[in-house]
Amino acid sequence: MSGSLLSVSAARRAFGGLVAVNDVSFEVKDGELLGLIGPNGSGKTTMLNLISGAIRPNSGMIVLGGETISGLPAHRVARLGVARTFQLVRVLPTLSVEENVTAGGVFGHIRVWGEDAHKLAHALLERVGLGGRAGTPTGSLTYIDQKRLELARALASNPRLLLLDEWLAGLNPSELRIGIQLIRDIRNDGRTIIMVEHVMDAIRSLCDRVVVMSSGKTIADGDVGAVLSDPAVIRAYLGGENA
Amino acid sequence: MRLLSASETRIGVIGALGLASVAMLPLLDQGYTLTLTVNIMLYVVLCTAWALFSGPTHYISLATAAFYGLGTYAVALGIDILPFPLLVLIGALVAGVVAGLVGVATLRLSGVYFVIFTLGLAELIRQVVTWLQSEMGSSLGLYVLTDLREQHLLWMLTGMAALVYVAGWLINRSRLGFAMRIIGNDETVARHVGIDTALAKVVLFIISGTIIGAVGAILAPRYSYITPTGAFNSMISFQVVIMALLGGVHRLWGPLLGVIPFTILFDQVSSRFPNHTSLVVGLAFIAIVYLLPRGVLGFFADLASLRRRFRIVLVEDGKAVP
Ligand SMILES: Nc1ncnc2c1ncn2[C@@H]1O[C@H](COP(=O)(O)OP(=O)(O)OP(=O)(O)O)[C@@H](O)[C@H]1O
Ligand SMILES: [Mg+2]
Repeated sequence: MSGSLLSVSAARRAFGGLVAVNDVSFEVKDGELLGLIGPNGSGKTTMLNLISGAIRPNSGMIVLGGETISGLPAHRVARLGVARTFQLVRVLPTLSVEENVTAGGVFGHIRVWGEDAHKLAHALLERVGLGGRAGTPTGSLTYIDQKRLELARALASNPRLLLLDEWLAGLNPSELRIGIQLIRDIRNDGRTIIMVEHVMDAIRSLCDRVVVMSSGKTIADGDVGAVLSDPAVIRAYLGGENA
Repeated sequence: MRLLSASETRIGVIGALGLASVAMLPLLDQGYTLTLTVNIMLYVVLCTAWALFSGPTHYISLATAAFYGLGTYAVALGIDILPFPLLVLIGALVAGVVAGLVGVATLRLSGVYFVIFTLGLAELIRQVVTWLQSEMGSSLGLYVLTDLREQHLLWMLTGMAALVYVAGWLINRSRLGFAMRIIGNDETVARHVGIDTALAKVVLFIISGTIIGAVGAILAPRYSYITPTGAFNSMISFQVVIMALLGGVHRLWGPLLGVIPFTILFDQVSSRFPNHTSLVVGLAFIAIVYLLPRGVLGFFADLASLRRRFRIVLVEDGKAVP
């Protein structure tokens, strides 16, 4: 936990007249687990898209470990060490479970191939709770297993920064407990993580710090306890009908 | 890297024996069967090379005639000065360079624009060649007179077939092949795991175009008198698409299953109904698309999965699953 790994300054992205991300700034320190929360449509996914290079910011700057990544295409950002999961889970249906994981490790930040990739995939499948499932058809995985698979794929490149977009959404209570523990374990490996999440229990128990977005703007940034009792944050959530 | 698996070895041996027996054919027949086999081998190489790119990317390229024609013209222009094998190499390189330029310019386009652009490309190059020829004041066509006969063409095409299959197999087990499978599944994911999707597509398009260019060069002696209209004939682009899709593009040997029946059909039709060839071929095409929407390969895959499902149902019945 030393210097800042990611720094976002005045990032802005508009879709037509709608400013989805409105001059947002925040920092993520090395080894930190940052929660990014806010009501539906507040611009969280768009913010992750700006970081991962899925879309370009209209203005502002995003710097990863001293290197400017804003404006770079997604594959360059991935190679510099940013990996992500998607809000609507995206597995590769015609690839085997093992190949889904190696897909993340062959072209990304730290590259593996052949026997090394095979070993890494098995270790990661074990890690996310899919041990022994390397050969099963990807299409037959349950929802939580697809999410696990996506997480293993994101970890396969040994990323410096991991972006999780509502990775816990849609899990039942017992799966949720397993999921929260898994993220905690990954974080305890020293991985830097930004997690977008609506599940407040997870935010409370996992995050060091939270950034709150509302209508594209940051309305709070700080220690979890303080931010979640901030009247402005409560108002944004109640106003945004998502209590 | 793994060594060959048992099934790869088996396919390799069968393939090598198949190509070897094709190469022996001229010992048995110098007439109709030889000519038909040359046509089959021609389309085997073209369709397999086409599918190397279009199979995994799902981009329908109609640029075959452009690359093929460039190869043919390389031979036509240089046959009096340079040895034939060198001209084949030059034809392949020129086609590869054009494929690279076209790829860089168009592969960011969506699929539909890509189809239209590649169709226009053959036409564009044809016009340019025609214009250049008239500027230089030469006659409309060029003579390619060699002592290469059908059997020599067959041998060269058999070599090309071996080359395209080995190349395809090497690509499939390489990072490039893996990248293409990921792109075929989900291009967004591909970019986010670090794949330069545009570059991967361009590289594959170059490989595909280079092979097609070489084939155009090899076939040049067959035409003897080469004109822009003949060399850059869009018909070949469409036939390649039809045959490759008929066979199936998700396996390296898929196009083969389309080329053999279609080439024989086309040959029969054009000899029996010389005046209605396109009509009959068109009807056959509609029937094929209607009956085998996923190609011969897909048909067999469907059959296999149907049988598997049927077996599962039987097993479940046996266990009296509620
Ligand atoms: N590609 C796009 N084109 C047009 N509008 C978009 C696009 N992406 C997002 N938006 C809009 O930007 C706003 C922010 O969307 P975003 O997906 O970032 O919200 P979010 O905070 O992730 O919401 P949720 O919690 O529902 O996932 C929304 O109004 C959305 O409709
Ligand atoms: Mg979202």
